[in-house]
Order: sequence, then C-alpha cells, then structure tokens
Amino acid sequence: MLSYFLRRLILVLPVAFGVSVICFLLVQIAPGDPLTAIMPVDATAEEQAAMRAAYGLDKPLPVQYGIWIANLAQGDMGRSIATGRPVAGEVFGAVQNSLLLAISAAVIAFPIGIFLGFLAGYFRDTLLDRAVTAISIAGVSVPNYWLGIVLVIIFSVSLGWLPSMGAGPGGSQDWGWDWLHIRHLILPAVTLAVVPIGIVARTVRALSGDILTMDFVQALYAKGMSRFDVLAHVARNAAATALSVMGLQLGYLLGGSILIETVFNWPGSGFLLSNAIFQRDLPLLQGTILVLALFFVAMNLIVDVAQAAIDPRIKRN
Amino acid sequence: MALVETSEAAGPASAQSGYWSGVARRLVRDPVTMICLGIIVALILSAVFAPWLGLADPYKGSMIARLKPLGTEGHLLGTDEQGRDMLARLIYGGRLTLFIGLMPVVLAFFVGSVLGIVAGYAGGITNTVIMRTVDVFFAFPSVLLAIAISGALGAGIVNSLVSLTIVFIPPITRVAEAVTSGVRALDYIDAARASGANALTVIRVHVIGNVLSPIFVYATSLTSVCMILAAGLSFLGIGVRPPEPEWGLMLNTLRSAIYVNPWLSALPGLMIFVTSLCLNLLSDGVRSAMNVRD
Repeated sequence: MLSYFLRRLILVLPVAFGVSVICFLLVQIAPGDPLTAIMPVDATAEEQAAMRAAYGLDKPLPVQYGIWIANLAQGDMGRSIATGRPVAGEVFGAVQNSLLLAISAAVIAFPIGIFLGFLAGYFRDTLLDRAVTAISIAGVSVPNYWLGIVLVIIFSVSLGWLPSMGAGPGGSQDWGWDWLHIRHLILPAVTLAVVPIGIVARTVRALSGDILTMDFVQALYAKGMSRFDVLAHVARNAAATALSVMGLQLGYLLGGSILIETVFNWPGSGFLLSNAIFQRDLPLLQGTILVLALFFVAMNLIVDVAQAAIDPRIKRN
Repeated sequence: MALVETSEAAGPASAQSGYWSGVARRLVRDPVTMICLGIIVALILSAVFAPWLGLADPYKGSMIARLKPLGTEGHLLGTDEQGRDMLARLIYGGRLTLFIGLMPVVLAFFVGSVLGIVAGYAGGITNTVIMRTVDVFFAFPSVLLAIAISGALGAGIVNSLVSLTIVFIPPITRVAEAVTSGVRALDYIDAARASGANALTVIRVHVIGNVLSPIFVYATSLTSVCMILAAGLSFLGIGVRPPEPEWGLMLNTLRSAIYVNPWLSALPGLMIFVTSLCLNLLSDGVRSAMNVRD
C-alpha cells in the first residue's frame, strides 16, 4: 500500500509542476502592466523602475518563476497589489470558508445522489428509474448560479425564511456552529449540491444496474442469501468507482463554487477571486487559483489511494 | 433506452441505407430528442433572424418604463432595469449566448481531435509530450480554469472564446487519443502501413473515419456545460460587456431587481437552463442513436 502511495505521489509531482507553471503564466498573459493599478498616473520613469525592481518584474521570466517557486516553498505567495497584505493569509482564510461550503454541499449531495441512483439502478426501466434519470439530467443541466437566485427569490424574498447573503449575522465573516450562522449556509449549500446530486445519481444508477445483472448476484441469491445481504455485496463492488466520482466532485465543489459564492456573497475563495479579478490584483488571483488547483490535485491523489485500498484489483494495474 | 430496441427491430441495414441513415431514422423516432432539437433550432433561428421579427429595439431603454411586470401592454415579457423590452433582449441575447456557448466546443473539437489523433497515432515521445501537458490542465476544475484565464485576460467576447476553448481542448484530446490508440492497434492499420502508405494517408483514409464519430458524440456532451460556463463568465462580469444583450449578463444586471420584480429577473437564467437541458438531452439522444456506449 505504501509503495503504491509513493508511486502515485511521484506521478503527481510533474502535474503539480505544470500547475505552478500555468498559474505563473496567468499573470504573464494578462494585458497591461500589473503595476498600473497601483502607480499614480504621474509617476516618473525612475519611480516606475524602482517599483518594478521591488516586485522583481525586471528579471527574465524563468528567473521570476524560480524566485516565485522559492518563495512559495517558504509559504510566501507574494503580496496583494490592492491591499498590500500577504496573499497566503488572505487565501487560507477564504479557502476555509469555501471548504465549509463545499463539504456541506457534499454532505447533502452524496447521500441523496447515492440513494436516488441506487433506487433507479435497482428498479431499472420503471417509472421510478425514469423519474430519477429526469432529476439527474435536470441537475447536471441547471446553471446553478441561476438556481441560487431562484432559491433566494423563493426562500428569502417571498417567504422570508432564510437570509439571501453573507456567512453570518451582520455580514460577519467569522463562522460559528449556531443557528444564526447555519441559516446562512443552507441556501448556498443546497444550491451547490444540485449538480453533484445529478452526477452521483447517474453514476450510481449505471454502476448498480450493471452489477445487479452480473452472474455473482444470481449465485448469491441461489445460495439463499437474503436480499439485504446481496445488496451489501453490490454496494461493495460499486464502492471504489462511486468513491472516485465523489472525490472528484468534492474537488469540483471547492473549485467551482465561485459563481455560487458570488450569488450569495459568501466570503470564500470564489469571492476573493472575483475581487482579485476586478481590482486586477494578479498576485491574489494567481495565489487563489494555485491553492485551489493544488487542492484538487491532492484530492485526486487521495481518491486514487483510497480506491486502491478498497479495491485491490486497481493496485495491480 | 427505447432507441436501442428500435434499432434492433430495424434489422440489418441494407446497402443503400447506410449507418448514417439508420442513425437519422432512430433519431426521428425519438420524441424527446426531436423536441429538444426543435427548441434548439428555434432558438438559433430566432437569434439569427431577430432583426426581422418586428421586435422592439433591445438597446433602447426608457426611464419611466423600468421593470414592468410580465404581460405589460407592448412589453409581453416586461422590461428590464433600464426599461428595455425583455422579449427583444432575450431573443437578441440568444445571438451572443449561443455563439459563445457553442463555438468553443466546435473550436476545441478541431484542435483536440488533431492533437489526440496525432498523439494516439504517433505514440512514443510525441504522445507523452501531448498527453502529459493535457494532464496538467485536468488538474484544474473546468469552472476554475475558465475563470482563471478569463479573469487574467479580462472581459470581452474573444477572450471568453479563447478561455473556454482552452478549457475544452484537454478532455477532447484525451478522448481522441484513447480512440485513436485503439484503432491504431488494429490489423488493417498495420496492413495499410505495410502496403507503403505514409502516416498522413493512413490517418486520412483509415483513422479519421473511424474515430471522428465517437469524438463528435463526446464533444456534443460538452456543449451544455460550455453554455453554462459561457453565460457564467458573463454573469461574473468577465464575459460579454454591457449593454450587449446576453443571458448571463442580463441575469447579473437584473439581480438588483429581485425585490421589485422577482420572476422577471429569473427569465434570462431560465433561457440558459432550457438551452442547456435541451443540449444535454439532444446529446444523449444522438449518443444512443449512434449506439455509442459510455
């Protein structure tokens, strides 16, 4: 198991390197001078050159990349151009809030998706199966930022049950596990859960449907095993694939929550990202994307290893 | 699911009615797919011919007629936050929304197919270079990658097209490479090579015809996501710029009106939803009509 983990880890390194190159290049493809945002219009050429040198922008690209990586290794992701504060601190605070949102959405989505998918797979080609298929197609087709607005219209504007924005009373950014905070979490988490419900349901439906037609299921019934015990065998066979889909979905939830965070003014990484974009704060943009992408890479690694732990057949390939 | 049965009932295709006419016949017999196709065609036609439909000017607002509700005299679907006719803006909005929502998949289909076929056919170092580069892009969730590139490049139609095309090239390349490697291993390719045909000829004559349809089916399954992402970029303010009518942008600007006229503000999003739902169902229909299993 350990050797499998190490082998996978070695494969991840080039990908992580590539991710860092892309994040570094993001700043280079941006039009205009990154300093124009903060320099006064009447700055002299010497002042501009001094600023350029201070940010290391006067060196050749590979050198800039090397410096950037070396700083990164020490946890220094540079400073935000807009606020002057270290990027690392801003990003990690925001990622915590995004993670809270993503995990809440996963806690809602995965059990519902598994349940629906299993029902549809077990009762294949019945009305129930069609209903679940319709739900999952609608789930993957809905623009969730629009769904968020519709939920706000229903539950905040019309019914007045839940708040429409923020992560706590009075725009507070500090999370607490009490009703005042949790009620802010409900709408964004439910909105974010809809797409993974559709995807998980679709996957589990296909998996359980296929496994139920396999010979070993017939054999288990034939030797007199109860329906419930047979289902346990089916679940075990489906677990590895279902788990990998869910792990990827958790990564998508974290990386893809930016639109939902914008709709609900949720103070997470997506919100930080849109601020960075509009203030042309490129170091902040770069840092946020890098952290989210590396999280996604780590998530993939964990999923692969967990999959191999559950299903020994995978390790051998 | 019903489609598979009809295909069996249809029996073996005769020499005249080839594979594609069989696919077309199966598609025509599938009501859901035909309805979705009808809706998509209607949306595209109304967008293309919008100036000749006798609609109000989608850019001309009126300060005294702002946020009129649905069913207002002269404004069937009401007016937006600047008093512009919603029906006109929704129909005109289809132009940019559908263009930016579909074009990236078309572009990525060409680029990704070329990359994937080259990687799959050439193998070796070429394959490694192309596919390892593609792997890196898979490390980004698609939404994040689109927003990252668009955010860095700034708002604009061309920038949106570029960023979304980059997002969809890697998945298409991966599928194209997988299918091509499969075909590459078959005996008739060896036979063609042994007969002295060069790589380009073998690809043109023997490979392309066998790999394009699975790549195409896969690409159609990406159109719905691309629509949602494209409108999402405009919704975030890093896609189409105002005052152009575009569904995502309209959804964004109308958010300020959710307390005044809530259902009006949900209309542009409904258009995105209907389009992406139809694209998904259409893609599923085409897939089962072509008997491609995922």
